[in-house]
Amino acid sequence: MIKRILSLRNIRRTYAAFFLILFILLLWLAGFRRLKGYETPLFLELDPLTAITAFLTSWTVYKGLALSLIIIVGTLFFGRFFCSWVCPLGIINQIVGSIFIKLRAVDSIALNTYRVLYRLKYYILAVLIAVALFGSLQTGLFDPISFVTRSFTVSVFPAVNLSRGWLYMKQPLFNGGTLLGIIFLLVIFANRFLPRFWCRVVCPLGALLGLLSFRPVFRIWRNVDRCTDCKKCLGHCHGGCDPDTALRVTECHVCMNCIEDCPEDAIHYGLPESASSVQMPLDVSRRRLIETAIAGAVLFPIMRSTIASGATAEYRVIRPPGSLAEKDFLRRCIKCGECMKVCPTNAIQPALFEAGFEGLWSPVLIPRIGYCEYNCVLCSRVCPTGAIAPLTIEKKLGRGIGQKPLKIGTAFYDRGRCLPWAMNIDCIVCEEVCPTSPKAIWFQTVDVELRDGQVKRLKRPYMDPDICIGCGICETKCPVRDKAAVRVTSIGETRSTTNRILLKS
Amino acid sequence: MPSKHNKREPEVTRRQFLLRTAATCGLAAAAGLGGYLFYSSQPVRRSDTKIFTFRDFRTGERKVYPHLAVVHGKDAEKMVRAAVDKIGGMGRFVSPGERVLLKPNASWDRQPEQAANTNPFVVSAVVKLCIEAKASEVWVTDVSVNDPFRCFSRSGIEEAVKRAGGKIKLATENDFVPTDLKGESLKVWPVSAFYHRVDRLINLPVVKHHSLSKCTMAMKNLYGSLGGQRNRLHQDINTSIADLVTAIRPTLTVMDATRVLKRNGPTGGNINDVAIENTVIAGVDLVVIESYGLRFLDLKPEDIPFIGMAEKRGIGVSDLRSLNIAEADV
Repeated sequence: MIKRILSLRNIRRTYAAFFLILFILLLWLAGFRRLKGYETPLFLELDPLTAITAFLTSWTVYKGLALSLIIIVGTLFFGRFFCSWVCPLGIINQIVGSIFIKLRAVDSIALNTYRVLYRLKYYILAVLIAVALFGSLQTGLFDPISFVTRSFTVSVFPAVNLSRGWLYMKQPLFNGGTLLGIIFLLVIFANRFLPRFWCRVVCPLGALLGLLSFRPVFRIWRNVDRCTDCKKCLGHCHGGCDPDTALRVTECHVCMNCIEDCPEDAIHYGLPESASSVQMPLDVSRRRLIETAIAGAVLFPIMRSTIASGATAEYRVIRPPGSLAEKDFLRRCIKCGECMKVCPTNAIQPALFEAGFEGLWSPVLIPRIGYCEYNCVLCSRVCPTGAIAPLTIEKKLGRGIGQKPLKIGTAFYDRGRCLPWAMNIDCIVCEEVCPTSPKAIWFQTVDVELRDGQVKRLKRPYMDPDICIGCGICETKCPVRDKAAVRVTSIGETRSTTNRILLKS
Repeated sequence: MPSKHNKREPEVTRRQFLLRTAATCGLAAAAGLGGYLFYSSQPVRRSDTKIFTFRDFRTGERKVYPHLAVVHGKDAEKMVRAAVDKIGGMGRFVSPGERVLLKPNASWDRQPEQAANTNPFVVSAVVKLCIEAKASEVWVTDVSVNDPFRCFSRSGIEEAVKRAGGKIKLATENDFVPTDLKGESLKVWPVSAFYHRVDRLINLPVVKHHSLSKCTMAMKNLYGSLGGQRNRLHQDINTSIADLVTAIRPTLTVMDATRVLKRNGPTGGNINDVAIENTVIAGVDLVVIESYGLRFLDLKPEDIPFIGMAEKRGIGVSDLRSLNIAEADV
């Protein structure tokens, strides 16, 4: 009885449930009320793909990313255990796949047999590493941890909140969130056709861990003397790694299902025995691998020779406070969306193509949706790669002697839309909410003659570009509802030495 | 040679034919009936959401008490207790078992020293008084301008209220209900639903400078009951404030003038703009309280159009000379 409860698969399921719940819990904790020094980006920091590609783009192993060594060293010893024991996306795929696919044993065996298609992930990895070597970090597009963090932040959590209002005070809205939600659903739904489609076919982290587990010390071994070629070991195989013949160890997730499915006790995990079967090396076509790496190398100049925030100043690319200069920012941002989760005003949004293709889903502020809270530095606290460098409130507000507050942009009046300027109507909400002291927004009191000859005393707002920090609360709160009459653009941002207007500042 | 796909449909008997025809007629009739029942000349059905009105939160007026209590001192809690005692004690305002809503100013993500929000100890003192008067529940709410979590947390109000035994109620998007304010410029407006679920309302403003309306005190504090696009109210701020105080009649107002933000309001942010005045003012008549508070900002009732408008509407009196003001030091 105890042996049946403490079976290998139940032990693995326990770990999987623990890590999946931990992932959701940590992401839920990323918020002003709950973030109390918890390592919320833990899973992103454990991710060797992020660590290695960020290392290639910037030649540093940033802080928590060193934790990925746990997974790297573990994989060298124990094989690709991450995928079925730790990875939240892998676990979700596994659960969904097992719900979707209820087949006769013979069909499961066919689905879990290795396919040449599984090589694709190595080619995706080759492209990502090639562009990383040139200094562009595109890992986040396909990295499963970034992908699942982003999907949960931008679509799953908001969707859950919509029905019951459990998670947020105000329903969060995200730029292009539907697209990200649909991509997530497609990844989930792909399990309907091939179990763990993402993990076996697409996942570049799986490919990287596959490379690392090319010769692990401990592996799954099949005893050729005992084996009767019944293929039952394929019935619940996670990786599709052919434990029935010559095991493809680079594909094996160490799920250990084959051990318990084997009626002959022919499979074990550990060191090889005298009658252990040979195993297959990594299956990639060297020619394809070189081709795709070259494709990546060609992709880099293509990405860099378009209109993009790395090349020119883009007025809509208002980065969170503390962000590195744009080129360095793109070297580090993995588009994981932690900053979007933690932002209390929903200001930080996934960019579409405002920052160019390279900046797809990287964080930008959309001040019409939310503003940068004056006393808040949470986004810089959760960024796992340091694209948003850690800030203190003192540093952000320039409280030190001789220090200037950190600017993320500058606000401009559209006098054709501003009520006191265009329509002689009282307003100056922008002045009321301006958080700096003295306020960057000031006003002149003027007497204007109205259409009917009456004279009205009005307060007309002005912006002091020297004091404005670009927080955007004026744009958020501007009562001109559709297109605000005061708008923030990125010019004047502290992180850039070129995106400037004023001669002296 | 016969077709390979040679499964044959069974022949229809007379009985089957009649039954199927009857069933089809039934379906056709149901479709026709549905069309008849749901026919409408309107493209969409009008939703019939309930429109609320504010109840009068005041208790019966008994004229034996002073119109206004002004207490000077250092300890906020003692000052609040003394001020409320001077005008009859909390028992005059809150009967046992009643649910009380407190409306401090917690609009901004600022610390207590910056004087942009009501002093947390003033709020907690009133919570304690309500509990001592056997209120069933004491709720504290505001519709903040900055992130409400940050405002309540960093203003110190959340902690002070929880310690005193009150409950913080933050209005989420679904907590606003359309309410008819029946005003000149404010008509139906989304209002935090908590105002319709309580028996008594205690207004806890702080004295601050404001560029457009010149001051924000007891009257403008009621802005914080509104949701929606309330920044549009700035277009006619005087009429809007007059409309608000006509629609909402709080049970009691305890105004915090312990620290006064003299410039750069209503957000502040610089200690140099804050004057320590060590005063707490309590009363029922919003206009009286407002007029008294003007002295902290070097203003006169004539400077403030909405005070005159409210007085004309019979909300209260602004001439302090005719009134009985109880002053004390603690």
